[in-house]
This record gives sequence, structure tokens and C-alpha cells, in this order.
Amino acid sequence: MKGLRNYLDKIKPNFEKGGKLEKFHSFFDAIETLLFVPNKVATTGSHIRDAIDMKRTMIVVVIAMLPALLFGMWNVGSFHFQSLGLAGEKTILETFWYGFLKVIPIIIVSYVTGLTIEIIFGQIRNHDVPEGFFVTGMLIPLVLPVDIPLWMVVVATAFAVIIGVEVFGGSGMNILNPALTARAFLFFAYPSDMSGDKVWISGLRDGQGIVDGFSGETIMGYAASGKLEQMPYSVSDMFFGFIPGSIGETSTLAILIGAVILIFTGVGSWKIITSVFAGGALMGLILNLFAVNDYMSVPFYQHLLIGGFAFGAVFMATDPVSASQTEKGKWIYGFLIGIMAILIRVLNPAYPEGVMLAILLLNVFAPLIDHYVIESNIKRRLKRLKATQA
Amino acid sequence: MSEKEPLFSSKNLKLLTDPVGTNNPITVLVLGICSALAVTVKLEPSIVMALSVTIVLAASNVAISLLRSLIPPRIRIIVQLVVIATMVIIVDQVLKAYAYDVSKQLSVFVGLIITNCIIMGRLEAFALGNKPWPSFLDGIGNGAGYGIILIIVAFFRELLGSGTLFGYPVLEKIGLYNTGYKDNGMMILPPMALITLGIIIWVQRARNKDLIES
Repeated sequence: MKGLRNYLDKIKPNFEKGGKLEKFHSFFDAIETLLFVPNKVATTGSHIRDAIDMKRTMIVVVIAMLPALLFGMWNVGSFHFQSLGLAGEKTILETFWYGFLKVIPIIIVSYVTGLTIEIIFGQIRNHDVPEGFFVTGMLIPLVLPVDIPLWMVVVATAFAVIIGVEVFGGSGMNILNPALTARAFLFFAYPSDMSGDKVWISGLRDGQGIVDGFSGETIMGYAASGKLEQMPYSVSDMFFGFIPGSIGETSTLAILIGAVILIFTGVGSWKIITSVFAGGALMGLILNLFAVNDYMSVPFYQHLLIGGFAFGAVFMATDPVSASQTEKGKWIYGFLIGIMAILIRVLNPAYPEGVMLAILLLNVFAPLIDHYVIESNIKRRLKRLKATQA
Repeated sequence: MSEKEPLFSSKNLKLLTDPVGTNNPITVLVLGICSALAVTVKLEPSIVMALSVTIVLAASNVAISLLRSLIPPRIRIIVQLVVIATMVIIVDQVLKAYAYDVSKQLSVFVGLIITNCIIMGRLEAFALGNKPWPSFLDGIGNGAGYGIILIIVAFFRELLGSGTLFGYPVLEKIGLYNTGYKDNGMMILPPMALITLGIIIWVQRARNKDLIES
């Protein structure tokens, strides 16, 4: 560590004003502040002076995603071997290793593409490389099916960073969650690679030998096509994540571990997380009341376990940039996400999963929610002022 | 003006070239967006649409310019609408007679040229106060400015969305699909037209800083 610090200190003058590599100072800054907590603190004004900066905050989110990621890798391998009929013959390590080799390229591609674009924009616009992509770069692979072609990951990441973030002025100014922007882009641009019963399990589309009776259909797929009684998964499968789906979304348990990390460190808002689940449960209950078809009679708690619901609630809806900022607003924002997610999922057959669209929709509405929360607060306090003066 | 002005004086040429670049009706004035989103899935209908709008715009500009001292100011909008509607119906009939397929593809959007803000805007802002010849040039210029954006957007949407240009399978011929490439289904949807248009505006403003509002 010491040697690294000395090396950075040695080359630092090159990047400072007047140095020969001055142009690349934002790139140097990005590396330096990533490795070491910067020694710059605010000296004027009423700022909170804390050792935790944006990079350290973002790392917490990445750590919180690790359980879901690791489980996802194992699950990829597990379903691959199940489809080949080798389920019992492979060890846990072999299974994990297969998934690891499948998932790592997606992560590398997503980070390299995103950071390259961020650094280029940082140079052109003369600002620091923003930290937001640490999280986005990890979120993008977790919400994709494992067999996604890598060039699509490049296109989607570039789209999300340029159109989703940089046109609005960079990280922190974006209206939409960039990772979901990338997913939505892929979903609408290349639907055959983002939905159906083949894409979720590695190797199925190459036509590798599939044992009889195996199906790569997701639970949403069974439900949407009205074949729920054929579905081979139990409720505990749903909770622990032994179901097909996007890489990181299957295990509710792993996601809940992440949620605990986020809430405990104060990085993610517990209000948003709980209100998304509450909204989803309520909508599920309302649909249960009417229950005119099989999908509507799926018990409400199962809705919270399947698809991307838990993942969206914990990692996507809590994105501090695109969520509501006011405390009351967070309750409304989360609650509406839960309601919309289940509503789209069950009632719109064109979209097998509604969580992505629900969060993007509420991202757009978040500033409006904040506006009315603040307005009502102002009104309430004006009234109180009048009452005390009278 | 005692001396006769030459037909293509620098002032008149500016009428022709300004709307194509720095005063573009779509990217700078942000008019006529609806049709730019609706008809640009393929190149062919876009070009036909661009030509139709140019013809309607030039013809109604000339007509209104000729009538400009006769039109009572109070009812000028109605008169303008009658003139535009007449031109649009002529264009529509010609298209139906000689280019039926394209006419079907454009469907209501030919008729909707009547409501295209660019035409109304030019009649109000230019033809009512200028002689026929400059009005004609202004019409051609604005039509071309509208058309060029339509064609750029349609070029990217058709190439990336369907893999063809004028219906010719370009990407298939150069063998791109064998490498695993797939057409981008989102390019065919209207949101991507808006985003493509936005990128054109972005590029134009990055190159010409005068266009950036404070």
C-alpha cells in the first residue's frame, strides 16, 4: 500500500496544472481517489466533514450486491447442468465455476464500456469521472439474462451512459436509473434475446442436448401462458432462488442480505424498500380478491418472491439520484412502484415483468412527488404561522 | 428600389441556405416534430414526405405573398388554411395517382401537412410581408431544411432498425448478420426517432455554439 501511495505521489505532479500530462488529470484523479480516500475536505460553509465520500458509498452498494451476484453465478451453472441432465454429478464448486466463467465477461464488458465513455466525457467536459458507474456497471450484468451476446451489453451500456446520463449533464443529473435504462433499451431493441423460455439458461439456445421434461421457462412465463399448474417450482425455491431468471434477480434471500447491508450502513433508504414491498403486497391482495384467472389468484406473497421484484425494490428503486428526495415522497414513490409493478406484470400480457417499467415510470414522477410534498409542507407551516400570529 | 435586384442576390441566397443550417425549422425552431417522428421509419416515405412539404410550402408561400395586400388581417389565418388545404389536397391526389404504395405508407400524414407548424409559421412570418420570389425561395429553403433532417433520421432508422436502405438489404449483403449482429427493434419505434433527432440537435449545437440558449 505504502509503495502504491509513493508511486502515485511521484507521478502526481505530471497531472497537475502545468504538468505535461495535465489533460489526463481527471483520469488520474479517478484512479487516485478510488485507491485512497482523498485528503481534500471542505473548509468553508456548513458541510458535513466525513471520511465517507461518494466512492466509499458506492462500494457499499457493490458489496451489498455480492451475495446476489455469487448466488447468481452458482444458479447459472446449476440450471445449465440441470438442462443437460447432469444435475447430481457436479460439485458445488464446478457448478459455481461454470457460472463464474459465464458471468465475468458480462461484468468486464459492462465496466470497460461504461468507464471508457465516462472518462472520455470527463476529459471533454473537464469534470471528474463520476462514481455512479461503479454501481451501474455491476447492476447491468445482474439484470440481464446470462446468454446475452456481449456486443449487446456494449450497445446497451453505451446507450445508458450517453443517452441516460451524460446528455442530462452527467451522473447525479440523470432522470432515469441508468442500469434500468440499459435493460429497457435491450428489452425493446432485441426482444428475442431478452424474453422467452430459452434465454435464461446458458446453452439452451445453442441447442445443447436438453433432457426430456426440462423447460427454461421462468415463473412469469408459466403464469403468463396460463400453465401455472405445470410449474415445477415451490415457494421455498422462489425464496432461495432455485428458479430461472436474470443473473442476480432470482434469490430473494441473497437480495435481502444486500438489503440489510444497505439499510444498516444507511446507504439505501429503508422507507423505499419497505414501501415497494407494501405496495406490491397490497396490489397482489387486491388482484386476489377479483381473481378471474390463474395469474390473478397467485398468492400475493409469491409475487414478492418471483421475477425482479425484490431486486428492483432493493437495488433499483433506492438509487438516490432518480428516487424521490423528500422523506414523505419516498413512501409515496416506493408504494406506487410496488402497485404499478404487480399491475403491469399481471394485467399486461405484452410485458412479462413489470418491475423495470414501474421503476422507470416512477423515476419520471419522482420530481413531481417531491414538488407536492414540499408544497404541502410550505402550506402547513404557513398555516401554523398564521395561527400563532392571530 | 430603383435598380432591379438580381434573382439570386446574396440576400435571397441566404433565404435558401439559412433554414438548412443555422435556422433549421426542426432542429433549431423545433417545429414539425410530429411528422418527423411518424414517417421516418423508412427512407422512401421520408423523401416523398420531404418533397410534399417543400412543394406545399413553396406554393402556399407564393400564393399568400401574391394575396398579401388583399387579405384582411382579421381573417388571415382562415385564408392561409384554405390555401394550404388546397395545396395539400392537390399533392395528396397526385401521390394517390402516381405513387399509390408510398401514399398508403404515409397514410394520414400527407393530410396532416395542413397542420404542420412550419407551413403556418412561414406564411405568418414571411409570406405575409414579402414579395413572391423571396417567399418562394423561403419556402424551398425551409422545405429543404425540414427534408434534410427527415432524411438523416430515416437513414439511421432504416439502416439500424431494418438493416436496409430504400428496401435494399445492405447489412445482409455485407454479411453482418453472420457475425451475430441483429437489427435494433427499438429504432423502428417512435421513441428512437425522438432520440435520434435529439442527437442531431446535440451535434449541431456542439459544432455551432451560437445556437445554445443561455
